[in-house]
Amino acid sequence: MTKEIIKIQDLKRKFTMGSETVHALKGISYSITKGEFVTIMGSSGSGKSTMLNILGCLDQPTSGTYEIDGVNIKDLSKNELATVRNEKIGFIFQSYNLLARTTAIENVELPLLYNSKVTTEERKKRAIKALKMVGLGERLYHTPAQLSGGQQQRVAIARSLVNNPVIILADEATGNLDTKTSYEIMALFQELNQQGITIAFVTHEPDIATFSNRTIILKDGEIIQDYKNHNIQSATEHLAALPIENNLS
Amino acid sequence: MRILNLLKIAYKAIILNKMRTLLTMLGIIIGVASVIAMLAIGEGSKKSIRSTISSMGSNMITISPGADMRGGVIQDASAMETLTLNDYKTIKEQANLLTYSTPMVNGGGQVINGSNNWPSSIYGVNPEYLYIKLVGLQSGSMFTEAEVKSAAKVALLGQTVVDNIFAEGEEPVGKTIRFNNIPFKIIGILEKKGENTFGQDQDDVVIAPYTTVQKRILAINHINQIVASAVSEEQAPNAVTQVTEILRSQHKLSDNEDDDFNVRSMEELISTFSSTSEMLTVLLVAIAGISLLIGGIGIMNIMYVSVKERTKEIGLRMAIGGKGSDILMQFLIEAILISVTGGLLGVILGLSVTLFIEKFLNWPTDVALYSIVISFAVCAITGIFFGWYPARKASALNPITALRYE
Repeated sequence: MTKEIIKIQDLKRKFTMGSETVHALKGISYSITKGEFVTIMGSSGSGKSTMLNILGCLDQPTSGTYEIDGVNIKDLSKNELATVRNEKIGFIFQSYNLLARTTAIENVELPLLYNSKVTTEERKKRAIKALKMVGLGERLYHTPAQLSGGQQQRVAIARSLVNNPVIILADEATGNLDTKTSYEIMALFQELNQQGITIAFVTHEPDIATFSNRTIILKDGEIIQDYKNHNIQSATEHLAALPIENNLS
Repeated sequence: MRILNLLKIAYKAIILNKMRTLLTMLGIIIGVASVIAMLAIGEGSKKSIRSTISSMGSNMITISPGADMRGGVIQDASAMETLTLNDYKTIKEQANLLTYSTPMVNGGGQVINGSNNWPSSIYGVNPEYLYIKLVGLQSGSMFTEAEVKSAAKVALLGQTVVDNIFAEGEEPVGKTIRFNNIPFKIIGILEKKGENTFGQDQDDVVIAPYTTVQKRILAINHINQIVASAVSEEQAPNAVTQVTEILRSQHKLSDNEDDDFNVRSMEELISTFSSTSEMLTVLLVAIAGISLLIGGIGIMNIMYVSVKERTKEIGLRMAIGGKGSDILMQFLIEAILISVTGGLLGVILGLSVTLFIEKFLNWPTDVALYSIVISFAVCAITGIFFGWYPARKASALNPITALRYE
């Protein structure tokens, strides 16, 4: 049996706002095994953001268990959570969240700065390697302002890879990109997934889900669908099939 | 997280906002520079007063006859004849806190050399006078005890007198001049001392044995003053007490009688002047301190803006593994870096301003090391103090809300 990276059992999360209690997640159970590419879908208010925050160890469940790479995060302190995020999780955001006026390589090095076990040379070596993996080996010293949206997201992906995480969490990672660039990024995700990297991709776009091998659909804090995708589309093929852009004259 | 990494992060943040950082530093820079410059001016004037007074002999003690009443009329001190050579001899014998002492008689008159003449004062003293007043000789030599005993008609001249009665280039030593028609052989020239703090020309003097002045010029038996030097500056107040006691018993004064003489040390004079300049220094430093405080508030203000502006960055740093303490340290180090750099620039500016004041305005200045150390330390503390609260705020942010912040 393949290793379970994420193990969630009867996970509940409620928020108290004044006198009202909102049940964002109402008892969810699922596991993600190593090598999976899971899309988590749902409309707004479905609880997918809450799910993502908990998956990313930014938030803790009210009840139920959540284990990541064998670590139960229920009883961890804030600092211990930070260490888990630093060593086990790679984050990718919709708006890239790169540091402005900071070179690609320095942006990618950032997570390693918070890990005192990594030396300066090691840090640089790993950052270059990650940037090469996302195809930006030639743009190490470009700042975000000198990069296109797609390239910026590639830098962000490199940043999520640099700490060798057990899972990459992508939050609407293609939300700010046009169709062509989205496909390029999805092709990159597929490529990384083929290299064995586990990915959880939160999105509300159904076509993104066709590139993954499993989809979990949330509604009102509950899983309404969880299915394996037997007909995985190739983003590279979709990219090739796109009509060649004409000059808009 | 290693402190070096944090320093690097803070340094980068500062470099990315050069202009803003510089403006923030300005308050600190001006504050520190003014503290240093103000203290330098204060210390400088204090030192200059002290040195003019010391040049007259800082351990000097002056004993003069006190005001006395004759038939209800308070007499002028110079008309008093209560101080005698016997008093001097007793003091010389008994006062062990004094190193040198000399009786002094003085009078005014006309110094004449050929067709030139000049109004000046003559001071009758003994050879120890030079050691008390700390005067050296330009040329020639001092008169001897033997010459004092024989009331020899020899004299030493101050530079001003020389300038006025001798032609330029003429050698005065060996010549004979006349003071109030009494011929004096010039045996030496006193070193130039210039004006003292009170604007008196210290070179407008003629020095001769006190016996000569007493007998041949003033025709008196009493003396005008006794001038002495205490063994050290610290012992000067004790020496004053000792001399007072000796003179009281010498003058057979009973306990309820006032002194018929005055004993004063230079120390009293120094402290009078120092206290004025000290008050000025305190005032200047207080003003400078306020500007340092305002500089600190400026840092706090900018750090707040910075935290607000970089909320998203803070969220990201937390998401990728930055602990609250890492974020706190990052902003704290940033604040300290700003204040310490500002302090450093302030020290440089302060020293330049001091140099400028000294060179171009000719004010005496003296940069005290402690002023640099203190203002620098205050800077670092300002950074920590005013950087702490914004940094705390940053570290307490919830990463989820921080990431969503627009």
